[in-house]
Amino acid sequence: MEALQKSAREALENHKAKVIIGYSEGSGGRMRPIFVQSPAEAEKLTWNDRCTQNLAVYIAKPEVQKLGKPALVAPLPVLRAVLQLASENQIKEGDLLVLALSDGRVTELSQFSEMEEFVAKTPTHLASKDQEAIERLEKMTPQERWQYWQSELTRCFKCYACRAACPMCYCSRCTVECNQPQWIPVPAHPLGNWEWHLMRAMHLAGRCVSCGACGDACPLDIPIHLLTMKVEADIHREFGSQAGMKVQSEHALSSFKVQDKENFII
Amino acid sequence: MTSFSNLYKPYLLRIERITEEAPGVRTFRLAFTDQQEKERFHFKAGQFGEYSVFGEGECTFCIASSPTRSDYIECTFRQMGRVTSALMNLEEGDTIGFRGPYGNVFPLEAWQGKSLLFIAGGIALPPMRCVIWNALDWRDRFKNITILYGARTVSDLVYKHELQEWQTRPDVNVVTTVDPGGETPDWKGKVGFVPTVLEKMAPSADNTIAIVCGPPVMIKFTFPVLTQLGFEPDKIYTTLENRMKCGVGKCGRCNVGKLYVCKDGPVFTYAQLKEMPAEY
Amino acid sequence: MQKRSIRRAQINVLLEKLLSLHQVIYAPQKLGNQVDFAPLRDLQDLTLDHIQTVRSAKAALFPPVEELLRYQRAGVETELQDRDLTNLAEQVLFGTRPCDAAAIAPLSAVFTTDDQDAIFARRLERTTVISVSCERSDGDCFCTSVGVGPGDSRGSDLLLTRLQDDEYLAEILTAKGEALLQLAPELFGPEPAESKEAHLAKVQKRFDWEALHDKLAGAFDHPFWLRTALACLGCGACAYVCPVCSCFDIQDEGSQKKGRRLRSWDSCGLALFTLHASGHNPRSIQSQRWRQRMMHKFSYMPDQLQQLGCVGCGRCSRACPADMNLIEQVENFLFA
Repeated sequence: MEALQKSAREALENHKAKVIIGYSEGSGGRMRPIFVQSPAEAEKLTWNDRCTQNLAVYIAKPEVQKLGKPALVAPLPVLRAVLQLASENQIKEGDLLVLALSDGRVTELSQFSEMEEFVAKTPTHLASKDQEAIERLEKMTPQERWQYWQSELTRCFKCYACRAACPMCYCSRCTVECNQPQWIPVPAHPLGNWEWHLMRAMHLAGRCVSCGACGDACPLDIPIHLLTMKVEADIHREFGSQAGMKVQSEHALSSFKVQDKENFII
Repeated sequence: MTSFSNLYKPYLLRIERITEEAPGVRTFRLAFTDQQEKERFHFKAGQFGEYSVFGEGECTFCIASSPTRSDYIECTFRQMGRVTSALMNLEEGDTIGFRGPYGNVFPLEAWQGKSLLFIAGGIALPPMRCVIWNALDWRDRFKNITILYGARTVSDLVYKHELQEWQTRPDVNVVTTVDPGGETPDWKGKVGFVPTVLEKMAPSADNTIAIVCGPPVMIKFTFPVLTQLGFEPDKIYTTLENRMKCGVGKCGRCNVGKLYVCKDGPVFTYAQLKEMPAEY
Repeated sequence: MQKRSIRRAQINVLLEKLLSLHQVIYAPQKLGNQVDFAPLRDLQDLTLDHIQTVRSAKAALFPPVEELLRYQRAGVETELQDRDLTNLAEQVLFGTRPCDAAAIAPLSAVFTTDDQDAIFARRLERTTVISVSCERSDGDCFCTSVGVGPGDSRGSDLLLTRLQDDEYLAEILTAKGEALLQLAPELFGPEPAESKEAHLAKVQKRFDWEALHDKLAGAFDHPFWLRTALACLGCGACAYVCPVCSCFDIQDEGSQKKGRRLRSWDSCGLALFTLHASGHNPRSIQSQRWRQRMMHKFSYMPDQLQQLGCVGCGRCSRACPADMNLIEQVENFLFA
C-alpha cells in the first residue's frame, strides 16, 4: 500500500501525471474509484481483493480527460484493458501512465512495450470461482444451460451497468441504441434481454480482458461475465489469440486466415 | 371503479396532402378519421403533438397550421431519425397517429393592438407559421406584422409558396435572407445571417412583440440584437424543442431545470429563459 | 386506524388465503445471495430477515415493460386496440419496508398529477400494501433524513411491526387494510399492550433535506457537480433500483403492419436520454446527468409536485458500481 501511495505521489510531484485514477475504501465495505490530483491525497489510495472495478473505463470519459494525463492504478485486468484499447486505436503511446500492481510491488510503466513485457510474464488465468462456474456450465446439457441463462437473463432490467463498467464498451452509440433498424429491442423483456447480452458477448469476443467488472457491476448479481469470459477462452483456445496482451495484434473475429479452424460451423 | 382513458392512445389522422417544402422537408395536411374526435379537438397557436408511425414510434412536432382553420392540422418535418424517415415513406391516404395538443400557447389574445415581429431560421418556421396564419386571419387586431425568415440556402427555405403569398400582401412586411454562399443567381432576397440582417433592418421595439424561432445558434445571436433594439425580455417569445416521449410531464425527459418543456412550454419568453438553466 | 396483533404463523395463513383468492403477492424472497421482490409461489420462499431488497417494489405498480396499446394496419386503415385494464389482477405488496410504502405517494404524484396515467392509477387501485417495519438498518439507510421513518405508516394499508419473537403489532390503516382484517378476523388478536417504538431500527439522521432543497435552488452551476460525478459510469442502476425514479421510454415493437407500443424504464443517467435527433444533447456530460438526478429528487419534485423524490431506502448506494454513496454525495454538497 505504501509503495503504491509513494509511486502515485511521485508521479504527481514529478509531473508525470496530472491525476491518479485509483481505488480507495468506499462506503459499506465497497471500494470506490478515486481521482487523486494532489500528492497529499495519495494516502487515500489502496488496493485489495475487493477492487473489482476496471479503472481503464475512465480513460474515455470527457470530464476525466479534462483533468490531464492520467496514471492508472493497474492490477492485471486494467493493464490488459489498456493494451487492448491501444490495439483498437483508442489510446496512443504517452497518453497515460500505468502503476502496475503485482505481488505487492508497484511498477511504473509508460511505454506500451513495457506493458506488453509486464503482461507477458504475469499469469492470466481466471479467478478460481469464475473458472469453476464456467466448468459447471460447460458440463450442463444444452437444455440445462438454456434453462440456466433463461432464468438469469430474464431478471435483467437493462440498467446497462455491465456496459458502463466495461472498458471495452466504449462506443458512443451502442448497438442497442441504433434504431435504423432497431437491431435489439429496447424493452427489458426476455427476448430483448437475451439479444442484448448475446450481442454484447459477441461484440466482446476476442476483446474481453476477463476482468469480471461487468458481473460485479450488475446490481442483480447476474453472472454475465461468465458469458464473455467463456467466449474469450474459446477464442484463445481456437485461434491462439488473447485480448489485451499486445498492441499490434490480430483480432480473431475480424481477420481471416485460410488455416482458420471451421469446426464451429455446424 | 374510476373510469380512465389511455393517455398514450393517439387519434388516427389521414394524410390528405403532402407538400414537398425543401430537400428532406415535407408538410402533411392531416384530417381526423373520426368525426366526433374532430369536433372535440381544439388547439391554440404554439401547441405541439406526438405524431406516430406505428411500428416505428412517435416524434414531436408543433402544429404548423392555424387554429383558425379547423378542418385539418398540418405538420412540417425534416427527415432526421427513425420516425421521420418512416413518415417520409408515407403517401396521401395513409393514416398516422397523433396525440395532443400539448403544451402552452403563444398569448395572441394578449397581443391585440400590438405590432408583431416574426424572426425564424431554417426548419423553425413551422412553429411560427401557425402563429403567422393565426395573426393574418385576425389581421385587424394587430398593427404592423413583419416576418424575417432566413435559411442556409435558397432551397432550404420552407413554405416557399406561402412566403410569396405573404410577400404580395400589402399588410405584411416580409424579408427573406440566406446565409452567405447560399444564394442562387436569381435570388432577390437578402444575403446574410438572420441576426445581422435584423440589426440592419432595425425594427422598432415600440409596442411590438418579437417571436423568435430557429436553431440554437441563431437564437443565441438574435436575442442580444433585439435587446439592443430596445425589446424588453418579456416581449420576446420563443419555443424550445427538447427531446420528449410522453408529452404530458411524466416521462422525465424534457426538463429544463424544474420546468418541463412539454407542460410549462414549449413557449417561453426571453425573460423566463434568463431565469432558467441553459439545459436546451 | 385500529391496532391489533397477529402471530407470525397467522401471517402465513393470511397470505395463503390471499393466494387462494388468486391474488398476486409480491414478497421478499432469497434469490442467490440477494433478497428481492418476486411473485410469491411458495410461502417457504418468503423471507423477512433482511434489511432491504435489492429492487424496490415499484415494478408492481410501474413494470419495467408495459404494453400501452396494440395496432394493426390493413391497407391505409389502422386499428388501435386499447389496453384492457379490467383484467389487471388484484395484487398485494407484502413485506415492503415503510420507505417503499412512502415512495408510492411521489410515484403517484408523477403519474396522476394533471393528466392521469390510467394504467398506473388502475394498478394502484388494485394494490394492497402490507408493510413490515424495520428492526434493523445499515449504513446506507437514511429514511429519517428525508422525513420517513422505520415504522412509518404512510402508503401502507396494513403495517406489521415485530414486538416479540413471533408477535406482531398490526396497524390497520385504510379501507383496504380493513378488508384484510375482515377477510380473516380470526387471525388477528387484540391490540398489544406494547407500543412499536422500542422495536424499531435506530436510523441516524444524516442530513437536513430542507437545507439540501434550499441550497440546490441556486446550485445549478456549482463546480461541485463536475468534481463529484467523476466516478459516475453513466448506467441506470441507481434509477432502476429506486422506488421513486419513474422516467420512461416509449417504443413500438413489431412491424408497421402489426405490433404493440410499449413503455419501458429509462434513466436520466444514460447518455442518450436527452439526445436530440440533430445530434445536440442538452446534457452532454455525465456530471450534468448526475446533477439532474439530484436536482429532480430534492429540488424539482418538491417544488413541482410537493413530494420529495427520495425516501432514503439507500438502494442506489448499494447498487452503484462506482460507490456513489448518496448520503456522502449530499453531505459533501452541503459542505461544498
